[in-house]
Amino acid sequence: MAMSKLSKKDVEHIARLAKLNLTPQEILKYQKQLSEVVSYVSELSEIDTSDIEPTSQTTGLTNVVRNDEVKANGLTQKEALSGTEETYNGYFVVPMVLDNKDL
Amino acid sequence: MTKTPLTISQTQEGLIKKDFSAVELVDSYLDAIKQKNPKLNAFLTVSEEVAYQQAKATDRAISELGKTALQKYPLLGCVVSHKDLFLTKGIRTTAGSKVLENYIPAYSSSVVSRIELAGGITIGKTNCDAWAHGASGENSDYGPTKNPWNENYVPGGSSSGSAASVAANLTLFATGTDTGGSIRQPANFCGVFGLKPTYGAVPRYGVVAMASSLDSMGHFARTTDDIKKIFDVTKGQDFQDSTVVNGPFATSASRLKIGLPKEYFVKGVSKEVEESVRKATKLFEQQGMEIVKISLPHTKYAISVYYIIQPAEVSSNLGRYDGVRYGAERQTFGAEAKRRIMLGTYVLSSGYYDAYYLKAMKVRSKIIEDFDNAWEEVDVIIAPVSPTPPFALGEKSSDPLKMYLADIFTVAGNLTGIPGISVPSGFTKEGLPLGFQLLGPRFSEQVLFSLTQLYENASVYKPRVAPQI
Repeated sequence: MAMSKLSKKDVEHIARLAKLNLTPQEILKYQKQLSEVVSYVSELSEIDTSDIEPTSQTTGLTNVVRNDEVKANGLTQKEALSGTEETYNGYFVVPMVLDNKDL
Repeated sequence: MTKTPLTISQTQEGLIKKDFSAVELVDSYLDAIKQKNPKLNAFLTVSEEVAYQQAKATDRAISELGKTALQKYPLLGCVVSHKDLFLTKGIRTTAGSKVLENYIPAYSSSVVSRIELAGGITIGKTNCDAWAHGASGENSDYGPTKNPWNENYVPGGSSSGSAASVAANLTLFATGTDTGGSIRQPANFCGVFGLKPTYGAVPRYGVVAMASSLDSMGHFARTTDDIKKIFDVTKGQDFQDSTVVNGPFATSASRLKIGLPKEYFVKGVSKEVEESVRKATKLFEQQGMEIVKISLPHTKYAISVYYIIQPAEVSSNLGRYDGVRYGAERQTFGAEAKRRIMLGTYVLSSGYYDAYYLKAMKVRSKIIEDFDNAWEEVDVIIAPVSPTPPFALGEKSSDPLKMYLADIFTVAGNLTGIPGISVPSGFTKEGLPLGFQLLGPRFSEQVLFSLTQLYENASVYKPRVAPQI
């Protein structure tokens, strides 16, 4: 089976999509390890699946709905904010996503 | 009291007869944890205060209601440790990751709430591979858990601390999650019972999600009777997880057909493992069950399907950890979590989706078809849980692919959404636990329980506690 090799560029691209900042060493390590795993799972191409429907879940249920009534009390604002110290006037403080030049 | 009872019925009998109080019971468990946990590393958090509160409530209920308290609280006085993936209101929940090192949930998962309402006593939170990613417990950001039968060996994973805490008698029972074998395999490696219920039988609400189409909420205990009693409490709709339905559950017949899949007895399976499964099969045959040779032709592809679908869903579920509302920033993820996020992102990315993710979903259908065909011929399937007995710490940790292959006999149960139960069946020459698993069609838990009970009776099974290490 052909080795499905990921390039350094591929790994950098995936890391960007996944919002992970990787060190140069990590990029090299994952390039090798991901190539090995991807090459292993490529064995699936042996199987003829031309007339097979994909399975995304096994319950057989579709469109589970309920009446639009509030049953649970949910979290209070204080509880919802309890996981962070970075709050302002009852809101979450988020990191800046725009540079000053974008404003 | 010196020795804590090993089953739910012994525990409750002792409490009702006032041989000991629930507070004394908690004293004993906490002593054992203090003594053994520094070596085992099975617990990440011990919830002493909550445990004593619940123990006092238990003692009050017994003095007020006497024996009738058991009707109201079926798990009254039963001490439980929760895998650190289950949210516990007010008790730190880390998922085995440094990302959630300081996370204190504002609510509890459905499973935890149900066990508490049924009278269970929460003793603590157990170690696991971070985000449940692993088959050995070695991927925990808080250090590996040791196997209570031999500290140089892994306890299995990812529910490593849960299995070890039951095996070492640091708790009466424990909860776990099984996405690719994470209950059945550590149960097998630690010599205890482990149930992976049907997908959709037990709510996932309030449990840190790994792969949402595969995650199954189950538990560890020492007897069929206990496994069943806990399942009776945790199962059923909670109206928070829309995949859950209330059965209907199949009932058992007196003569069942047990399938022996030839693809699970191949090269690479250790001789001791194979012999122990064959011995159990023989015992079922002697008890009047019919053994039928069957084939599950796509077995060899299950690992590849699993290692596409699972990381794809992992990468999506771990996308929520942005360090804003709770938890630390994304660079805090450990090596295995990053690896799976990367792998999942790759197989879902433009240009690769059809070749990997869509292909895997189609082969998943083929694997389901294999099992559906098998259910035409047999009622349940017997198989090894893992190709080998417990492996040594460090033996596979540097080679991710090698570690992934350890899941080979368990992942099909998750891809197909069927229930499975691990049963302890003896020991290797070196004194490490052996066992087998029974798999059945969706919602066949009661059929599996009838067989494991039969096995207990026929083999004169007695729960054993791992020696002190």
